This record gives sequence, structure tokens and C-alpha cells, in this order.
Amino acid sequence: MLQRLLRLIIKELQALLGTRQGRYMLVMPVLLQTLLFPFAATLEVRNASLLIYNQDGGQASQELVQRLARTAAFTQLLQVHSEGELAHAIDQQQALVAVRFGADFSRRLQARQAAPLQVLIDGRRSNSGQIAANYVAEVVSDYLAEQGAPPASTLSVRNLYNPNLDFKWHVLPCLVAIITTIGCLMVTALSVAREREEGTFEQLLVSPLTPAYIMAGKAIPGMVVAMGQGSLIALVAHFGYGVPFTGQVLQLLAGMLCYGLALAGVGLFISSISNTQQQAFLGVFAFMVPATILSGYVAPIENMPTFFQWLAVLNPLSYFIPILKGVFLKHYLWSDMFPRLWPMLLIATFTLTTALRMFRRHIA
Amino acid sequence: MSPVRPPEAAPAAAVHHGFSWRRLLALCRKESYQIVRDPSSILVAFIMPVVLLFVMGYAVNLDAAAVRIGLVVDDSGRPAQDFARSLMASPAFEVHPGVSLEALKARLALGQLRGIVVLQSDFSTRWQQGQGGSAIQVLTDGAEPNTANFVSAYAQGVWMQWQQDSAADAGAPRQSPVDLRQRAWFNPSTVSRNYLVPGSIAVVMTIIGALLTSLVVAREWERGTMEALLATPVTRAELLLSKVLPYYLLGMAAMLMCLVVAVWVMGVPFRGSVGLLMGESTLFLGCALGLGLFLSTVFRNQFNAAQAALTAAFLPALMLSGVVYEIASMPQALQWLTRLIPARYFANALQTLFQAGNVGALLWPDAFFLALLTCFWLGLTALKARRTLD
Repeated sequence: MLQRLLRLIIKELQALLGTRQGRYMLVMPVLLQTLLFPFAATLEVRNASLLIYNQDGGQASQELVQRLARTAAFTQLLQVHSEGELAHAIDQQQALVAVRFGADFSRRLQARQAAPLQVLIDGRRSNSGQIAANYVAEVVSDYLAEQGAPPASTLSVRNLYNPNLDFKWHVLPCLVAIITTIGCLMVTALSVAREREEGTFEQLLVSPLTPAYIMAGKAIPGMVVAMGQGSLIALVAHFGYGVPFTGQVLQLLAGMLCYGLALAGVGLFISSISNTQQQAFLGVFAFMVPATILSGYVAPIENMPTFFQWLAVLNPLSYFIPILKGVFLKHYLWSDMFPRLWPMLLIATFTLTTALRMFRRHIA
Repeated sequence: MSPVRPPEAAPAAAVHHGFSWRRLLALCRKESYQIVRDPSSILVAFIMPVVLLFVMGYAVNLDAAAVRIGLVVDDSGRPAQDFARSLMASPAFEVHPGVSLEALKARLALGQLRGIVVLQSDFSTRWQQGQGGSAIQVLTDGAEPNTANFVSAYAQGVWMQWQQDSAADAGAPRQSPVDLRQRAWFNPSTVSRNYLVPGSIAVVMTIIGALLTSLVVAREWERGTMEALLATPVTRAELLLSKVLPYYLLGMAAMLMCLVVAVWVMGVPFRGSVGLLMGESTLFLGCALGLGLFLSTVFRNQFNAAQAALTAAFLPALMLSGVVYEIASMPQALQWLTRLIPARYFANALQTLFQAGNVGALLWPDAFFLALLTCFWLGLTALKARRTLD
């Protein structure tokens, strides 16, 4: 029986890897994404334009403008001379942030009175705007500190696991998870649907293989693809991008295996309820996109409303991403991994048994 | 479907060889039946957009709410206790006091905390010397860089405020004489939903436009019905238009629904005109449908075409369109690449129309580039289709 299973797996892998186009489609998108997205996915603000409306013209405001111009966040400075021009420029998206110095800013600062300084951000991009506004506030407080205002002592901040807060260290472990999700789900969900469409699924059913073996034969190639793609990105992340790898390779593989099982279960469940490849593909999509967004990759789960936090409990991705970050960055031990491994196995058990039941019903 | 008729069997005089509206209509009807009969296309066009808008609008909150941090106070002096209280009172933090730093660090590693503030034993003495800050250590979870930035910025903010308050209590003048006021244009309460939802509509429309169509031509090849179609006198233009028009109508219906959900259900302000919105959407759907058809024509295999559509249309729409990540912060080469991505222009047009209104100087360039990309993808598909059909 095991030999038959092996044959089935080999047949599946041949269907995937047998053509040049097929091999190409399993590797190229992965490499392309690994090369492009880490550079794109940053929430830092760089090369933004800053709008200055200086109603003051005194020494202090000019000094501040020059200091703002020297930061890496703002590479372009635009001067405007009226309220109307300011509103127009923000409307046209010429700048992310505008700084307005009140008429007697320098004089009031000299006299140690509250000097008005307004920071306007483009609400169409309020996240970047707020980050940029923080840079402005930093420049201002540095300036004040040097101007003999009582030295505002700063805190000593240490960023654990990622000392320079490099976004790539956050993105690449997440990419391992997201890209394996796409690969594994597509392979498991679409392969059954393709056999249904082509009519070969009936042939499989009349073979001596039991439904459980057929399912295993469909799940294992998907997991092989997931682990292959995942390892490829992990290698590029460590050797190409220099993301530290603090755990053991075996831990990474164990995480991928459990995640692959959970995913294969989801994929087979989707394929058990779809008749055509289009339905399977759209089913994959209907699962994958919300799962990715709710995984904590874009925004932390703890910031979400309670309802979405509950959904995150059911989402295998929200266990796998912390494992990846733990193994890459956080020196995870096996004991740290178990609380995240067994929920994935639980999800796998549930989805696999449900899919099996659906298949059996389909046969009966 | 029209009957399969080998060309040589058809009497030349009876067959209309040029472009025929009747045939186009018949093909469109066939395609529409296929859409309507398949529950999955209805799911994608009408249910998924709503789900996605809600997920993007409510679950993605980039303006960090209360962050969970740990707190260790090793100093029993009054200033230390006082500062610890203001940390706890801050709405930016949800403080979990702990006794040992090691225990809190373990929770930080598990992601249960996003930062730890340590008040060292010499805090009170250093504070007397005006050096209190150096006795406060802030540890953040660098694995979440965005949250880590928030933690250190908020901690710094609480610290500044506390210094000012204590100075004011002691009768000293204000420490920071600059009165910094922040205001967000268009979006005064800086709700990230107000710009994420218009952006997500661009992502949703990419799904409907490119993903659905990436399958349709490949399906005909896989099932062998393409050969049957080719054997009829159907022209290339009729065939392409019959794939574009029904999905265009589906896309526009989905667009209207997204608008209704965004404005009336989610309360996102819409300040532009619906006519312009429909114009930009038409152009964008042109690109998305063109791209999907192109991939479908090239790959002739549903699995590969779907993979390609994910890579070439959906992921770039999410990552490179400026919806989530600022384009100006990307490296120069990547910024150039984003110019090829239709979702970039559409997301920008949507954000402008929703939040700013009819700003012609922004909307016209968007429309121009969308029109250009539409011509590019539809033209390329027509070219490729001719080669494969001959």
C-alpha cells in the first residue's frame, strides 16, 4: 500500500514539475518576490517632501528649516508664502508634511513664551504622515536642547532581536510564511479540482487506493512544494539579506512541517467543496487574503478588534509567523515552539478529517 | 455556444467574415451564462470585496492602540513610583508590572509584550542630578519594527510630559517653549481606515479584473473548446471583446457595491464625483482585464495562469501600489517599477476622490497612465492571440 502511495506522490510531482513552464512557475515568482518585496515593505519614511510656510523669517525658524532639510526623511523642501498656496500644495500631494511657523515664532521663543509651530500632515497617508511628524518633533527638541533649554535627558532605548529596527528582518520571515501559503494551497486545492475537471478523479477512485491514501497522495506533494519554497526563501533571507538565524534548522523544518499539514488540510477542504479549478482557485483566494492580512504581518493582532482576534486564533498563519520570527531572530527553544506547534496540528487534524469526510460523501 | 463548423464546410458566401455584432452578442451571452452559473464568480465579485473591505478597514490598524509593555521598578524612591504611575496612566500603554526582568524578557520573546521599561535602582538619585533619563531603560521587540518605534516614541513622550509636570509642580518654567500642534488635512482624526479602504478597493478590483480573467482563456484551451471556437468564423476582436465585456460589467457592478459599502456602511467620506470614479474604474478595469487575458493567452493552463496572475497582479497591487507602503520610501529602481503597476494609479485616484475630491491635477495623470497601460495590455493580448490563433 505504501508503495502505491509513493507512486501517487511521484505522479503528482511529475504533473507539477514535468513541464518547463511548471518548474518555472514554482521557482520564478518566489525568487522575484524575495528580491522585490523586502525593499518595498518598509514603514519608514524616506525621501519625502516637506512644505515650509514660514510667516516668521526670524533666526530660530530659519535654523530649524535648515536642520529639517538635512534629515534623511526629507529630501525636498518647498516654500510657500500664503495660506492658499499651502492648501493647494497639500491638495496636489506635493508634500507629505507641512510645517508652519507662526508670525512671531522666533521672538516668542527668545522671550521663552509658547511659540506656535503647526505640523500639517496629508491625511490620505496618515500613517507615514505621523511618522514624518515625529521626525519633525525630534529635530525641534534637539534644537531646543542645544539652545540651552534645560537638557532634556533622553531614555536609553535598546531594540532587542533587531538592534537597528531593520524592516527586512521583519519582512523576510513573514515572506517565508506568505509565499509557502500560496504554493501549498494552490497545489493541494487545484490538483483535485483539475482531476475532477479532466475526469481522471473517477479513475483514481476506482483504483485500489482508499480515499485516505488519495488524500495523502495529494497532501504530501503540496507539503513538499511548501517546504521547498520556504527553505529557498529562508536561505536567501539568511545568506542574501543577512537576516540572523538564531535557532536550529530542525526547528525551522518542524515549524514548516506542521504548518504544511495545516495548509494541506485547508487546501484539501477547499478542493473537496469545489468542482472546477476556478472554484478551487477562488476558494484559495478567499482563505488566503484575509488569513494574510489577519496574521499580524501588516498590523499587530493585539491592535485588532476582539472579533478579529478570535479569527486569528483559527488562523494557522498567526502561529507560523511568530515561530519563524522566533527561530530567525529570537533564539527560540523547543519549549517556546510547542505552544505554537500544537494549535497548528489541531487545525490540521480538523481540516484533514473534514476534508476526508467530504471526499467519502462524494464517493458514496 | 455556436455550433462547431469546420471552415471548409462552411459555404463562403453564407459566413460573415468581418466583425459581426451578432456573433459578439452571442459570445457575450455565452460568457455571461458561464459567470452567472458559477457560484464562485459571484462569491468573488460580491462577497469577497465586502469581506476584504471590512478586514482592511477594521483589522488593519496602523495607528497603534494601547501597546502591552512590562515594567520593572528597581527604585523605591518617590520620583520612581510617581513616574511608574504616569506610565500606567498613559492611554498609549497597557502596563504589566513585573518583578524580574528575566521573566518579562521571556514574555517579550513570546510576543506577549512588545516592550519593557526598567527604572534602575539609581533612578531617583540621577533624577535629582537632572540625568533621570539615563536610568530608564526601554527594551523593545525589534522583531516588530513598527511597534518598536511606537514603544520608544511613546515612552519618550510620557517621560517628557512627566518631566514638565514635575517641573511645573516645583514652580519652574516650561521646559519646551515650542508649542507643537499637529493636524491631519482631509482626515483630522487620522483614521487609517479612511485611506486604507479606498486603497483596498484598488486591490479588490485587481482581484476581480485580473484573477477571474486569467482563467477564462486558459480554461477554453484546457477543455479543448478553444479549438472548437477557432473553427468557427469568429474573429479575434470578437473573441477578445466577448471575454472583456461581461467581466467589465461584473467589475463595474462590484465597484458600485464597494462604493456603497465604504460610504454608507463604513462611513468613509467620499468627496469626489461618481462620474469621475466610474471613468477611472473603467480605465483601470481595462488594464486589469487586459493583463489577466494576456496571462491566460500565454499560459493556456489554468494552474500556471492563476499563479502568474497572483504574482503579476495581486501581490504588486498589495505591496507596490502605495496602499500599505509609501512609494517614496522605496529604492529608486523599485519606484520606477511601481509606475508599471496599474493599481498604483488607481489607488491614488481613489484616495484622491474619496478624501480630497475632484483634484484634476492628480486625476488626469492617473487617468492618462491607466489609459496607456490599458492600450499596452490589450494590444499585447491581441498580438499574442493572433500568433497563437494562426
